[in-house]
Amino acid sequence: MRIGTLKLSYAADEALFDTKVQWICLALLGLSLILFPFVAGPYWIYMACLVAINVASATGLNILTGYTGLVSLGQAAFMGVGAYTVAVLETRVGTPFIINLLAAGGMTAAVGVVFGIPSLRVKGLYLAIATIAASMILHFVFSHWDLTGGTRGLSMPPASLFGLALDQPHKLYWLIIPVTALMVLGAANLFRTRIGRAFIAIRDRDISAEVLGIPLLQTKLTSFALSSFYAGVAGGMWAYFFRVVTPESFPLINSIFYLAAIIVGGMGTILGGILGATFMTLVPEVLKLVVGWLTPWVPDALSLLAPIRTIVFGALIVGFLIFEPQGLAEIWQRIRRFFHLWPFRT
Amino acid sequence: MSDGLKRSSRETASPILKVDALSLSFGGLRALSGVSFEVREGSITALIGPNGAGKTSMFNAISGFYRPNTGRIIFDGEDISRERPPSRAKRGLARTFQNIALFRGMTVLDNIKLGRHAHLKTNVLDALFYRGRAHREEMELRAEVEERIIDFLEIQHIRHASVGALPYGLQKRVELARALAMRPRILMLDEPVAGMNREETEDMARFILDVKEEWGITILMVEHDMGMVMDISDHVVVLNFGQVIAQGRPAEVQNDPAVISAYLGSGDLAERIRKTEAA
Repeated sequence: MRIGTLKLSYAADEALFDTKVQWICLALLGLSLILFPFVAGPYWIYMACLVAINVASATGLNILTGYTGLVSLGQAAFMGVGAYTVAVLETRVGTPFIINLLAAGGMTAAVGVVFGIPSLRVKGLYLAIATIAASMILHFVFSHWDLTGGTRGLSMPPASLFGLALDQPHKLYWLIIPVTALMVLGAANLFRTRIGRAFIAIRDRDISAEVLGIPLLQTKLTSFALSSFYAGVAGGMWAYFFRVVTPESFPLINSIFYLAAIIVGGMGTILGGILGATFMTLVPEVLKLVVGWLTPWVPDALSLLAPIRTIVFGALIVGFLIFEPQGLAEIWQRIRRFFHLWPFRT
Repeated sequence: MSDGLKRSSRETASPILKVDALSLSFGGLRALSGVSFEVREGSITALIGPNGAGKTSMFNAISGFYRPNTGRIIFDGEDISRERPPSRAKRGLARTFQNIALFRGMTVLDNIKLGRHAHLKTNVLDALFYRGRAHREEMELRAEVEERIIDFLEIQHIRHASVGALPYGLQKRVELARALAMRPRILMLDEPVAGMNREETEDMARFILDVKEEWGITILMVEHDMGMVMDISDHVVVLNFGQVIAQGRPAEVQNDPAVISAYLGSGDLAERIRKTEAA
């Protein structure tokens, strides 16, 4: 229950987390993320890393598609650019991982800007097709360029921190989780400032955005650059995580996965990217568990896993589009509102 | 406001905006042909005319959506006819739209803050970390928006509300607030009181007069509510079929035979004024 909110300064009113309860929840979340690798098994640590990588990438796509309204089906290919950048730097130059990750982001941002240029002319479905073209071009480059190792791809050594090789998920966890947390925090901050507001303005009504002095091309390209930067860093972390990068690592279906993640999570909300990516990454695992329980009764349940997974994925996307178009983030807001008034109004 | 004051502000000030022999056509259709008029600094100038006269086309040409075929638009002594809308905005040209063009997914506060966009300097790096300049600028902006604009337009109670859920009259007011946040030198209002009831119209007229008096902003408006136009404007420009058929002080324009005949299809002007005032 919340009786009222007293704020004495504008800074307090504009804070990202404005109530004590939020701070307590945040502290609990932080604490559990720190304790997690000590209590969880290797499989769940592996999953946590995967979730974090997907959260980073989905947050990036949310900046572009959810906030700026530019539909992109190139996110997986952009992750590929980041992954290859890291792999090439790690095998040929041997620079420290933090520089490689930043370089992956920067490289991908540059590529994203180039493929973002059509966005000035085309919108919606047409832009989505243009970004599919971008991912095909990138796929072609990955599989035909000597530097990227052709169709066999590249294998790379693990990241190392002060001589310690981060070669296991429970070690990489300490790299991936903080980087993702920083990226999500950065995205949240972005939408408290003029840059983020300009993105939303372009999404909601680009004509009046122009009258307010927001240059369309420059702002759209900034959005592409940021979104691709996120994809690049996520792809870089992906490369360190799997240590083999091939052209088949980043198929078009993965781009659709990220788009589905932000639809399910909630377009245009930071929480949406987090919830959506987490949910979509964990659904197959939950299905696996369920199928495991069913094996005693349904003998060939495991062979059904793959088709069931596809069907459940499709059903989830359609279901969310119809019944909860604002996604999981909206459900969460509804729960919060309920408890603000509870127990006086239910 | 006394008539004397009106006249003095009109006659001493120099033009801030000058439209010079502007022509605009879409394919074979001539929307504007050879339109010339001036907007004097510190005045309220109204652009009136029957439907389809080219008023909104004129507005779109001034704010940069349409490129005129011939003629020039001179703002503060400089030719801006070739500039894109964002750079015109930076010069101090603000406008509102006939069918409200707010950002429906945002709160009232964020909508208003967007007005300052072009004057803020926060870059992407500042924004991601929300340190230093980003934080300082946001706080200054918030204080200015709260203390100058939200208080002035009496919209404190809806500052955190989502714009899409607001009633029409308040949305119009938020759009005015957003335009004011641009710290404009000239404010273009496209039908500021269309669809409003008497009370809302009077509120809006009061705000427009206050903007002129207290903020010293020049106003150019398109409006169909003749009662309001005649009450608050210093100078009236009448368009018909893309041409200026009369201009001058409200009283002069009202009695101009060309204006009366232009309005004859829908009743004569004086009668129209009587009707709107009676309503």
